[in-house]
Amino acid sequence: MIKYLLVFVAIIGIAVMFYPLVEDFGRSTELHPLAQDYVSGSVTDLNMPNSVTAVVVTYRGLDTLGEVTVLFLATAGVGFLLSRKNRIVAVKRHGSEFLKTGASFLSPLIIIFGVYIFTHGHLSPGGGFQGGVVVASAILLMVLADLSFTFSHGLLHFSESLSGAVYVLLGLLGVILIGADSFLDPRYLPMGVYLSLFSSGAVPLIYSFIGIKVGAELSSIIDSLHEEGGD
Amino acid sequence: MLVLIGGILLVIIGIWAMLARKNIIRIVIGFSIVDTGIHLIIVAVGYIQNATAPIIDSAVPFEKTATDGIKLASKVVDPVPSALVLTAIVIGLAVTALLLSFTIRLFKVNGSLNIDDYEELKW
Repeated sequence: MIKYLLVFVAIIGIAVMFYPLVEDFGRSTELHPLAQDYVSGSVTDLNMPNSVTAVVVTYRGLDTLGEVTVLFLATAGVGFLLSRKNRIVAVKRHGSEFLKTGASFLSPLIIIFGVYIFTHGHLSPGGGFQGGVVVASAILLMVLADLSFTFSHGLLHFSESLSGAVYVLLGLLGVILIGADSFLDPRYLPMGVYLSLFSSGAVPLIYSFIGIKVGAELSSIIDSLHEEGGD
Repeated sequence: MLVLIGGILLVIIGIWAMLARKNIIRIVIGFSIVDTGIHLIIVAVGYIQNATAPIIDSAVPFEKTATDGIKLASKVVDPVPSALVLTAIVIGLAVTALLLSFTIRLFKVNGSLNIDDYEELKW
């Protein structure tokens, strides 16, 4: 009984903690000066319409590098906990022909859609993280529709490590070409025309490699869980 | 306002699920609910009255001012909370997968999903 009382007290505490947020909500009618600076900087300095992408890739680029590292660690943990010793042999029931044909028709289209999302991250809502998740959902569709579907682990790990390394190298190019305090500064490539695909420096390149990395890592999580579920 | 209150309610429901349930899978579901609630709260905090998405294309015309800034034709919301939530959603997915694989490993080793059967870390 005392346990439920403690749980109740904890929940009341959380509610009290969040109450100031409710009280302050909707008061602000102007942007915070820092956010104002980010929005105008993304247009004037980086030539980029989507200021969320400007924050993710450039202004808070180190945070994004850290979060990609967290994602990599979580993937490595999943792979470590679910050892790949017992490969699936007994498939209980195969999917129907319609399901398999439909899935193999849709998957390439979904992958192309994911690539579209992460190459247009600087122009429209979207970017590497969302595009990577869409690519991984295509892999999930294939795995769900066809139980005997396998893909190359070598290719998966190769694209994951390559895109991670290229992401860091593209960041270091800023240090080499612009100056010592310009890690992850994308302004070493030409700025291009506003609202065109090849604009805002190296941002589309960096975000594409983030997209490939996220897609490969989530696919590798799906693959680990799939092989675990065989027995 | 509705988004903020919904987010807070989700956090409270998730905390209750994490503290009061015994089944490890339900605890993981509680974690996932807290995650979603926090995303909603962060996005709601960045809201500005009558503002639109922070994407400065033909829908939001702008003109450059003399002091190297820009003046927008309509207000935009804060881009920083959106950027934080964008990465946090993917990280949350991966962390949930990690928790579930811990659960699978625990079930394989000890054959139980009840949190009361794991007393090694109890004080």
